[in-house]
Amino acid sequence: MIKVEFLGPMAQEIIELEAQTLADVATQLQNIESVAPWLDKCAVAVNDEMTANLGMALKDGDRVSILPPVCGG
Amino acid sequence: MEIEFPFYLLCVVDSLELYEGPLAIESIFSKWLHEEAESNYGAYIPFVGTIRAEDEIDALSFDIYEPVLQKWFDDWEEKAAKRGAKVKMAHAIGDVPVHASSYISAVFSPRRRVALELIDEFVEDFKANAPIWKYDVKDGKRVYAADRSTPMVGSGILSK
Repeated sequence: MIKVEFLGPMAQEIIELEAQTLADVATQLQNIESVAPWLDKCAVAVNDEMTANLGMALKDGDRVSILPPVCGG
Repeated sequence: MEIEFPFYLLCVVDSLELYEGPLAIESIFSKWLHEEAESNYGAYIPFVGTIRAEDEIDALSFDIYEPVLQKWFDDWEEKAAKRGAKVKMAHAIGDVPVHASSYISAVFSPRRRVALELIDEFVEDFKANAPIWKYDVKDGKRVYAADRSTPMVGSGILSK
């Protein structure tokens, strides 16, 4: 089971899903109505490491974070 | 007697500071100055971000994802060290009223040129890639500043 958390302004509870790769996560998130519109502008971290590799293999217990557009300062 | 510290001890000194609410500019400046008082840096360039009164906001408010911010900052510490310099940063969490400071960063370096270049790169990359989210606070409501926010590097992969 993989945990997916949505950071910052994304008002969305943590979800758990089955996924072998980040591409599997993408497919499932695209089907969630409240999440889908954010995805084209969100970055991704796996266990707090930023990644842009959709083929990245995931293992049981991994935590995927979804990071919407930022504006510090 | 002079005590010599191994290099790794110097590396654990952390210069990323997060505070609840507005930053105490003078005390942070002065702390950083004291920390580097004898480091033999020839240049110290601080950058201070303050909240402007505009669009009738009462304050700005900030969420921070600390684990990724720490890694982003660690990378910058490494980049700065390669150029003989040191970066420091402080940021507010939660509400910061207008005219107060939410963000301070600084570069220390042996000579001015590296410091001038680094402060530019460091502040610009901070704006684009530090995992911090900003909200306008108006009439007690907290509204995400979507139109002023930037997608981080690598954004959009999950929409493919």
